[in-house]
Amino acid sequence: MKFWKYLGLRLMTWALTIWIGVTFIFFIPRMFPSDPVENMIGQMQSRSGQMDPAQKEALRKQLRIQFGLEGSLLEQYTSFLWNGLFHFNFGPSLMSYPTPAGEIIARYLPYTVGLSLTSTVLAWTIGNIIGLLAGFRKNKRSSKILEGIAICIYPIPYFIIALVLQIIFAFVLRWFPIQANIAVNADFGRYISSLIRASTLPAISLLLVGTGWWIISMKSLSSTTAEEDFVLYARYRGLSEGKIARSYVFRNSILTQITALAMSLGGVFNGSIMTEIIFGYPGVGELIQNAILQSDYNMILGCITISILAISTATLIADLIYPFIDPRIRYS
Amino acid sequence: MKKFWKNANGRLKTGIIMTAFFFFVGFVIYYIPHINPFTFNTYDKNLPPSWEHWLGTTAVGQDVLWLLIEAIHNSLSIGLIVAFLGTVVGVFVGLVSGFSGGAVDRALMVVTDTFVVIPSLPILILMTALMKGSSTVILMALVLAMFAWAWPSRQIRSMALTLKERDFIHTARFSGEGTIQIVVTEILPYALSWSLSNFMNATLSAIASESSLAVLGLSPANLISLGNMIQWARARNAIMAQRWFWIGSPILATMLLFIGLFLLITGYNDYMSMKRGR
Repeated sequence: MKFWKYLGLRLMTWALTIWIGVTFIFFIPRMFPSDPVENMIGQMQSRSGQMDPAQKEALRKQLRIQFGLEGSLLEQYTSFLWNGLFHFNFGPSLMSYPTPAGEIIARYLPYTVGLSLTSTVLAWTIGNIIGLLAGFRKNKRSSKILEGIAICIYPIPYFIIALVLQIIFAFVLRWFPIQANIAVNADFGRYISSLIRASTLPAISLLLVGTGWWIISMKSLSSTTAEEDFVLYARYRGLSEGKIARSYVFRNSILTQITALAMSLGGVFNGSIMTEIIFGYPGVGELIQNAILQSDYNMILGCITISILAISTATLIADLIYPFIDPRIRYS
Repeated sequence: MKKFWKNANGRLKTGIIMTAFFFFVGFVIYYIPHINPFTFNTYDKNLPPSWEHWLGTTAVGQDVLWLLIEAIHNSLSIGLIVAFLGTVVGVFVGLVSGFSGGAVDRALMVVTDTFVVIPSLPILILMTALMKGSSTVILMALVLAMFAWAWPSRQIRSMALTLKERDFIHTARFSGEGTIQIVVTEILPYALSWSLSNFMNATLSAIASESSLAVLGLSPANLISLGNMIQWARARNAIMAQRWFWIGSPILATMLLFIGLFLLITGYNDYMSMKRGR
């Protein structure tokens, strides 16, 4: 029974988070003086000359409908929630008019999800294993060196790591292409090989920062756990060091790391956006970058709505898994 | 002071030295009279490092060293302003929520949790994209501060919740102190030592966010910051032309600044827990 109460509460927070986030991004553009419709008309006029006033008025009306700017604020708001949140319909994209923004996002999203998910899972696993070993034998020299490396990498912003890797491996050594280029229309084999070539450097940059953090946090967690009385007792019972590390220190420290994983997803997404932009990797980050350059507001709003949905849902899933792993938690 | 230095761990010492160096450059050397480094064609273009120009000049004739010094000054300033705003608001919200409990607490926590979970960068991108061209340093700092208060407030709240039940708080309450007085005289000293480490953390992440936005071309165009300096060098093909001093110096400075601040934070946390006898 308690589980259902926990689930209900957690689902409510999930819905509230999304609602607050989406409401926030609905009102931000409306608080700024810049008007996307006037911008677009301005752009059209600079491209193809002046229009006559009647034509301009008709176009303005047409565009205001497509940008969801017609009607009272409340009507705009409800239709934004209804269309955007429930139907992923964000109106037409301005960059590739009249293709719907939602359709383009759906094309780019799998790349971002694939990149960040793979690197997060790898970083979490590798980082926690190294961190556990380093924390368990914290006076060994190798532990100190590993932690030192982690400390020198983790605090550096994602895009700096990405830039450094790009300079070294793409510009100087020329092992990888400077701009990611995925052969979408080629046959399966070529597609996969181009995908791997394009994803390697972005994935490594995300992996380096992520692993650094999990090493640091797991090391400090496991070195405190290793000093607990129950570990000492296990040692007196004559259990092997490996058994102690696995069943006593690891199982107790990993719990905190699962919550930490849920909390870190937003940051990983931010990092993924920056990394994609540096490498020109065809994900949501690259899409946002182009949308900014061409003032494509439907696209920007679409990307942000989707990312809020994705991050909150991923956090929800990680939170729901937690009680199944920790037997002490009874959904309180 | 001497005793502090003797007790300090290696990490804290290294962190202090590295951070102090950047503060010295950003807030002391910065005030040595110099020509505005932003002006184009002040010097010859693309000069290699020399005695006059320690780090050479850019493709538009700016002195890289002075550009870097100004960038360190501005980046640190933004970081400090954002961290200050975020910490003050965060501590306030956290204490109110932790001590009032009930509906106020729940409402505040939902908002706080939203701000912790929401990916901040896309929203920052939206806001700065709308301000494109017209954004200023102050506006930038305010926008960044919107995402700097949530984490401290969450932490301070849980700290307040445990403190509330401690004996010395009960003693204070029974001896007639009011809630505000208890918060100010009993809780704040506790919260402050934690806030200091959070303050440094917030500085670090504000500088990171500003430079991320700069790489997207969304930082104020006339602001010389570490991120903008990297962006300008990239936009003017410093990498293609292999002008490593120009592109390399802001990258290296950012890396060292972040490592220094991070060592300071973790070193400080270790030092404090050592002091508390753990």
